[in-house]
Amino acid sequence: MYLTDQEKKMLDGKAGEAVRLAMSILVDLGQGIGAAEMVAIEHVHTDSGFYVGDAGLEFVEHLAALGGKVRVPTSMNNTTYDIERCRSYGVPSALAGKIRRLEKAHLAMEATPAWTCAPYQDGILPKSGSMVAWSESNAIVFANSVLGARTNRTGDLVDICCALTGRAPKTGLYLNENRLADIHVTFDNMPAEAFGDARFYPLLGYAIGKQCGNRVVAISGIPKDVSMDHLKGLGAAAASSGATALFHIVGVTPEAPTLEACLNEEQPTRDLRLSPKDIHQTSAVLCTAENDQLDWVGLGCPHFSRDEFNELVACIHGRKVHTDIEATVFTSRKIRRWADTAGVIEQLTQAGFQVYSDGCLLTYPQFINRSGTMMTNSAKAANYIYSQSGYLAAYGSIRECVESAISGKIMRERPSWMGF
Amino acid sequence: MDGILNCKVLTSGIGKGELLVTHQSISLWGGVDPARGIIDDPRHELFERSISAKVLVFPYGKGSAAAPLVMLELIKQGTAPAAIVNEETDPLLVAGPIIGRHFYKQAIPVVCLDHDNFVMLKAGQDAIVDGERGEVVIFP
Repeated sequence: MYLTDQEKKMLDGKAGEAVRLAMSILVDLGQGIGAAEMVAIEHVHTDSGFYVGDAGLEFVEHLAALGGKVRVPTSMNNTTYDIERCRSYGVPSALAGKIRRLEKAHLAMEATPAWTCAPYQDGILPKSGSMVAWSESNAIVFANSVLGARTNRTGDLVDICCALTGRAPKTGLYLNENRLADIHVTFDNMPAEAFGDARFYPLLGYAIGKQCGNRVVAISGIPKDVSMDHLKGLGAAAASSGATALFHIVGVTPEAPTLEACLNEEQPTRDLRLSPKDIHQTSAVLCTAENDQLDWVGLGCPHFSRDEFNELVACIHGRKVHTDIEATVFTSRKIRRWADTAGVIEQLTQAGFQVYSDGCLLTYPQFINRSGTMMTNSAKAANYIYSQSGYLAAYGSIRECVESAISGKIMRERPSWMGF
Repeated sequence: MDGILNCKVLTSGIGKGELLVTHQSISLWGGVDPARGIIDDPRHELFERSISAKVLVFPYGKGSAAAPLVMLELIKQGTAPAAIVNEETDPLLVAGPIIGRHFYKQAIPVVCLDHDNFVMLKAGQDAIVDGERGEVVIFP
């Protein structure tokens, strides 16, 4: 693997022990996955502040103790729990203390405490064509697809190594030739109403991830006015059911002005035609709820946007959540502050919704309710909450989630565009 | 089958154990419990099966970018697989073992086989994944 003089110095320890360790890991990784050289990156979004056990904590504390500092602007992904408020939902003090240690180590390394899985909603928007190293599967797919920035699926702990060195192994999606689609997704008898329905996009993403694995896909037939929240839901779902890191939407996303511009013509491409029936089948796989019984409504996976908050408040319309139902929303610190100033938090609190920041919706129930049935507007959440904690899940729109929270039982309507 | 298969080495080391084979992809985060070293995704065909000390064979990784965190935790807890054999390279799966080698001084080889060899692997046989020589040795 070719290294510049500066990179060799980092590897030799001339820029300090933390940089030496970080660069050693990146060089081994680069050699393993066949990188010819490193790429200089402009920004890192790191998930190294997520707690799954002491190993990650030990590693980042080690880097911080060695004097590691980020070399490029670095934003923090969400951590496991709300740093300020997690004791209120049962997180034991010893565990909350470990989250504080992760925070301390990353602040010492001079990372920015954004604590969000949707940095693109916080104004963290790398320019089209810029080289970045992002973690968090939904943020990765959004950066590549919607922003046109370039990142691989960087991975936790590798991301902090990229931050300390300003480098990443130059493979995969950093290279032009790997950004072309080899699967073309089109629609078979999909009614126009589907494209105006927020429920459609995460289901579409889930189906694409499931059928296309780690391939780059081009999607034709999606209207130009598709919203950021729709694209967020599509990408998050595709990255959870598969390993999607880049999709193109013809006529919409920056690298797909035309189909020809984003399709790989060097090799045969595969056509994937999706019908309402395919989307219905996806919906059936995701919905693990066995009846209309409901315990928890969880929103904000990825973190809730301003538009989603406005929709939520409008749907609640002054009513109150059923006394048997827990209702929670996760968002970033920045958007929570906006919601506070805008009076949204007060309205939601009065209605019976709790609004948390910093943390992850999926780890929320660990210490309060270890089983039950939840409802969410996120296909990603419906997928992981079941696979990870056995929580049964129903999937629906924000409006359906609100109606369910208020009535105390799952209220869903099959979309007319799904047929049957 | 038995014999010696050539493989592409993504991260070196030597691992020995029983083959645990699935043709479904695996998301380490949200799919594996690092404390117990078992597959905890009820939708997965290996649900409730232990991956500890096994030669874990699956086509490619999927899902969350937290895979390296889960792998490092598996290494720390002593519940990690002995080796990983894939058909397609996934940098997220390689990263955890590399960090583990630097930080915990423990090597878990990750290798890739071409399709024809990959589909020959059968669960229950013993194997050595030799990331130094670039070979997967299957015992009868």
